[in-house]
Amino acid sequence: MAEIQLKNLRHSYYPNPKTDADYALKEVDLVWEEGLAYALLGPSGSGKTTMLNILSGLLSASEGQVLFDGRDVTTLEARDRNIAQVFQFPVIYETMTVEENLAFPLKTRKIPTAQIKERVHFIAAELGLTSLLKRKARGLSAEQKQRISLGRGLVREDVAAILLDEPLTVIDPAEKMALRRTLKAVQLHLGVKLIYVTHDQHEAMTLADRVVVMDDGEVVQVGSPEELFANPAHKFVGYFIGTPGMNFIDCQLAEDMLIVGQTRYKLDAVTAKKLAMQSGGLSFGIRPDFLTLGAEQPGFSIPGTVVRMENHGDEHIIAVDIGGSQMLARVEDSVCADVGDAVHLIPSGEAIRIFAGQHVVPLPQTTFGGSS
Amino acid sequence: MTEFNNRAWLFVLPVLVIVAFNAIIPMMTMVNYSVQDIFGPGNRYFVGREWFQELLGDNELRNALRRQITFSTLVLLIEVPLGIMIALTLPKTGRWVPFCLIILGLPLLMPWNVVGVMWQIFARADIGLGGAAITALGFDFNYSRDVLDAWFTIVTMDVWHWTSLIVLLSYSGLRAIDPAYYRAAQIDGASRLQVFRYVELPKLTGVLTIGIMLRLMDSLMIYSELFVITGGGPGSSTSFLSQTLVKKAIGQFDLGPAASFSIIYFMIIVTLSFVFYRSITRVQEGE
Repeated sequence: MAEIQLKNLRHSYYPNPKTDADYALKEVDLVWEEGLAYALLGPSGSGKTTMLNILSGLLSASEGQVLFDGRDVTTLEARDRNIAQVFQFPVIYETMTVEENLAFPLKTRKIPTAQIKERVHFIAAELGLTSLLKRKARGLSAEQKQRISLGRGLVREDVAAILLDEPLTVIDPAEKMALRRTLKAVQLHLGVKLIYVTHDQHEAMTLADRVVVMDDGEVVQVGSPEELFANPAHKFVGYFIGTPGMNFIDCQLAEDMLIVGQTRYKLDAVTAKKLAMQSGGLSFGIRPDFLTLGAEQPGFSIPGTVVRMENHGDEHIIAVDIGGSQMLARVEDSVCADVGDAVHLIPSGEAIRIFAGQHVVPLPQTTFGGSS
Repeated sequence: MTEFNNRAWLFVLPVLVIVAFNAIIPMMTMVNYSVQDIFGPGNRYFVGREWFQELLGDNELRNALRRQITFSTLVLLIEVPLGIMIALTLPKTGRWVPFCLIILGLPLLMPWNVVGVMWQIFARADIGLGGAAITALGFDFNYSRDVLDAWFTIVTMDVWHWTSLIVLLSYSGLRAIDPAYYRAAQIDGASRLQVFRYVELPKLTGVLTIGIMLRLMDSLMIYSELFVITGGGPGSSTSFLSQTLVKKAIGQFDLGPAASFSIIYFMIIVTLSFVFYRSITRVQEGE
C-alpha cells in the first residue's frame, strides 16, 4: 500500500491547450491517504475517468506529477505501476478458468508457482470464488466475472491501489448489494486502498471513507460523506449530494440585513462586512432536511405558498413558492399542508450556509442563531 | 373444432419449386445417371452400384483426393496465420485504413479464371515477371514441367487470391475488441504474445471459424485457376477432384462414372466440412 500524491496535475486531450476549457482536468493537487476507500464522484464528463486513467498509467498527464510514496511514476506505463483496475463491464480472459484468471497477473510477473497457488486460493476465499476456481470464466454471471476482475487486482501483494471505474453498472440490482458488501469487506480486511469512480452518490456515500467530488475537470471538495452533506464547500456539492439537493436562494445584502425572499435576517457587523466584501452574487443555502413548517417567527421564518407535494412514504417533499423562487422541504408525514396553503418555513439556524458565487463563505455557526 | 387455414401452402410452394429446380431435380438426375451406363440417347443400361464400386477401388480418385487434401491443408496452414498476422499489423485508425482495405480487397473481386490467366502469365519463366525473376535468381523454374514448381505456383496464387478474406475477417474481429481488454492486459503485465493468445485470439474464434470454413470449402472446389495455369499437370500432379471429374465427364464423356464421382465428391466435401466444423466448435467450447 502506498500514499498517492497528485501534484499540479493537468491534462488535456488536445496537443496545444490554450484556454482552461481545453483541459479535461484542471489543476489537481490531491493526496490519497493509505488504506482508505475513496470515491470519485461527479457527473458524466467531469473528468473522473481521465483522473483514473492518469492514476493507472493508461494515460500520461500533460502537466504535473504523480507520486507513489514519494516516487515519481508520472511517466511509467501501466504495467510498471503497482495499480490494478476494474472496468465498467467485466473484463476477463474467457478461455481461462477462474483460477488461471486470478493467477495471470502473478504469472506474468514470474512469481513461483507454489506462491501463486497459495495467494490465488486466499483471494478466492476472500471473494467467495473458491467453489468456482476450476470453472471456465466464460460461462459465469456478470457479477461473478466482476469479482474475478477485482481478484486479479487483489492477488498482487504489492498493489498500491485498486481503481474501480463504475464497476456496478452492468450488475443486476439484486446482486449489487452483495458485491458492494464484498468490496467493503475486502477493503477492511486486506486494507487495500480502493478508488471508486461513480456518478451515484449513494454508492459513493456507502462505500467510501473519503469522497472526492469533481465537476467540470476540477476537484471541488474532498471529505467524508458526513462532511460533504453537512458542510458543502461548493454549490455543486450542495445539489449533487443529497436527495433532493440543497436549496439555493439568491439573496441581497442591505447594510446589515440579508434579504431572502420576504424575510430580512439581521446580521452582526462583522458578518455584514465580510459578506459585503465578497465578489459574486450571494445565495442562501439550506438542505431540505433542515426546514420545517411552523408558526411565523418574524425575521427568521420564510413565508410562502405550497405549490407541490410529493409523497415519499413516511415523509413528504414540499415545494414552497417564496416569491420568485422555490424551496424544497423534507417534512414528516404528520405535518399537514395542502397545495395552495400559506406556510412559514423554519430553517435550523446552524444549517444555513451563505455562498458567494460558487463557493461557501465561512461564517461562525451562530450567525443565524445556531446556538439556540 | 380447429379451423384449418391452408393459405400457408401458397407461401411455401414457390420455395419448394425453386429448391426443386435448383437443387433436387439436378441432384436426382445425377443420382439417376450414376446407376446407368449411357452410350447415347435411348441407349442406356441399368448397372446398379457398379460405378461406385469401381470408383472406390480406383487409384485415380484416391490420388486426386490425396492431392486435394494436401492442397487444402497447405493453403489453410499458410493463409490463416498469414491473414491474422497482416490484420494485426494493419493500422487501426487514420487515412491509411481505407487505402489498405481497398488494396487488400482487390484480389477478392477478381474472377477465378482471370486470376488463372494472370498467374499463368506472371509465373512464366520467359515473359512473366514472377517466373523471370525467379529464373534470374538462378533457379530453374518451369511450372509446366516441374511438379514442385507447379505446386509452388498454384499455392502462391491461392494465397495471393484468398489471404485477404482472412485478413478482412480478422481485422473486423480485432476492431470489435473493447479497448478495456487491452488495458486490463497491460495492467496485468501481459506480453504482446500473451495479449494475442489470451485476448485477441479468443475474440477472433467466431470470425475465424467462418473464414476457415469458407476457405476449406472453396479450396476443395478449386477448378478454374488450375484449369488455366497447369491444366492438372505436369502429368496429373496438380489434378484435384474437380479436374479429375471434368476429365471424366467432358473429356471422356463417361456420364455414368462422372455422375457417381460427383456424388462421392459432394459427400467428401460435406463430410470434411462437417467434421472440421464440429472439431473447431468443440475446441472453442473448451472440451
